Amino acid sequence: MKLLRCPLNGLRNIAEFLYGGEVHPLTDPSHHGARAWAEQVFFDDNAAGLVLEWWCHRPTSYWFIAERNTVTDQVLRTFASSEYYVESVTFKRVSSGDPNA
Amino acid sequence: MPFGLLKYGLRKQHPGQHHFTPTKPLKSHYDVVIIGAGGHGCSIAYYLAKQHGITDIALIDKAYLGGGNTARNTAVIRSNYLTESGVNFYRDSVELYQGLSNEFGYNIMMENRGQLTLAHSDAAIRSFRWRAEVNQHLGVRSELVDRQTIRELVPNLNLSEDSRFPILAGLWHADGATARHDAVVWGYARGACQRGVELHQLTEAQGIEIDAGRVVGVRTNRGKIACGAVVQAVAGASSVVGKLAGIKLPIHSFPLQAMVTQPYKPVLTPHVSSPHVHVYVHQTSRGEFVIGGGSDPYPLYHTRATLDQREILSAATLELFPFLAQAKVLRQWAGTTDMTPDYSPIMGLSPVENYYLDAGWGTWGFKATPISGKTMAELVATGKVPALIQPFELERFYRFQQVNEAGATAASH
Repeated sequence: MKLLRCPLNGLRNIAEFLYGGEVHPLTDPSHHGARAWAEQVFFDDNAAGLVLEWWCHRPTSYWFIAERNTVTDQVLRTFASSEYYVESVTFKRVSSGDPNA
Repeated sequence: MPFGLLKYGLRKQHPGQHHFTPTKPLKSHYDVVIIGAGGHGCSIAYYLAKQHGITDIALIDKAYLGGGNTARNTAVIRSNYLTESGVNFYRDSVELYQGLSNEFGYNIMMENRGQLTLAHSDAAIRSFRWRAEVNQHLGVRSELVDRQTIRELVPNLNLSEDSRFPILAGLWHADGATARHDAVVWGYARGACQRGVELHQLTEAQGIEIDAGRVVGVRTNRGKIACGAVVQAVAGASSVVGKLAGIKLPIHSFPLQAMVTQPYKPVLTPHVSSPHVHVYVHQTSRGEFVIGGGSDPYPLYHTRATLDQREILSAATLELFPFLAQAKVLRQWAGTTDMTPDYSPIMGLSPVENYYLDAGWGTWGFKATPISGKTMAELVATGKVPALIQPFELERFYRFQQVNEAGATAASH
């Protein structure tokens, strides 16, 4: 993989991009304890095969999502995050209580 | 041993030695199945057989003995880490390495060359002073050295003050060493096989059978094996194999690339690394310069080499050793490094009973081969987690007690 197609800027050199981690549904911290939070922060699928992940075009600070095969090093498609996140995510404010509850 | 060698030399015929027992049919039950016949897997089998008398072991590998990251690492042995947990662990490993050739009756070509890490900034000098103090306190030979000492240790290093990142000081680690990585895994595998362990190559774990939270068997391409315990020792595929047992790990797998030049006369004794220009270099006893440490910028399960990394590694090498400008690169390769968030391994118990993890070996696996085998074998045999590896348990991530090992890699951070 030498070039990556940015949904905003078109085909660019891979050196202009930053890998940003796997795409996961966000955990609502008000509904989960410390263990779920630890999993959200540290644990990942790290799958061998097709994955959805965040990438950023650094010169324009544009974040988007890529579907990539981690075994063959091929990007199948890239698209704007608005295609994946169709509704805005809002979390309830966490009341000050026992975070381990 | 020398007399045996003499007798062998005076014989008319010189039959070769068979290192390993020929592959037998897979039995339906073993006490222990070890997934991964690399350095760690063989080391675990060896110490289980030798120290704990457990020999009903199937050592299985999807490919061949020592053909994964054991073959791909750059064979650096050192213990100048930063955390107390890290230094104690790797110090014991270096000590075991020192006695391995004698213990095996098999030359692992251990060479005590020392390791020099370079500081190109005041911040690096401060962190080296910290590392040296921690190391000395725990019985590891590390000291901060000035430019004059560096000049004596490595006369052909570029110490010019006009270079892009002038060298200000160094961390000298006299315990640093190198060994023949293949010989290490062969020695362990031979010792294990001699004691009754069965080595099964081309035997891929395709599923883990779990009953009531406890591992009971492994499904392979050669049939099902029932077993009492399973150890996974598959650096570069920890997440993939862990998933077979339903275990999610805090690991991201990145390729790490290295290369070697054509051979030269011996001109460089120690291992030299620079975290600042992101490279490490040593000369093998064959004369090749091993140049390493280029991590790819995104996760991948592919071991291709890239021109990008060759350019980055070459530029950094020429900064330190300009005389290599005309050197031809003979080989370039990659290994998959299972990087953890805190640059420490994940060893010990897993959420599945009797399923043991020897994972997250990132860029620090080869040097830990003896001690990880010894401690994991103790865990499997006794069920108790040895104190030396308690800090590295998977559970630490849930308790937010990571072992932040800033001295983990020679070059990549």
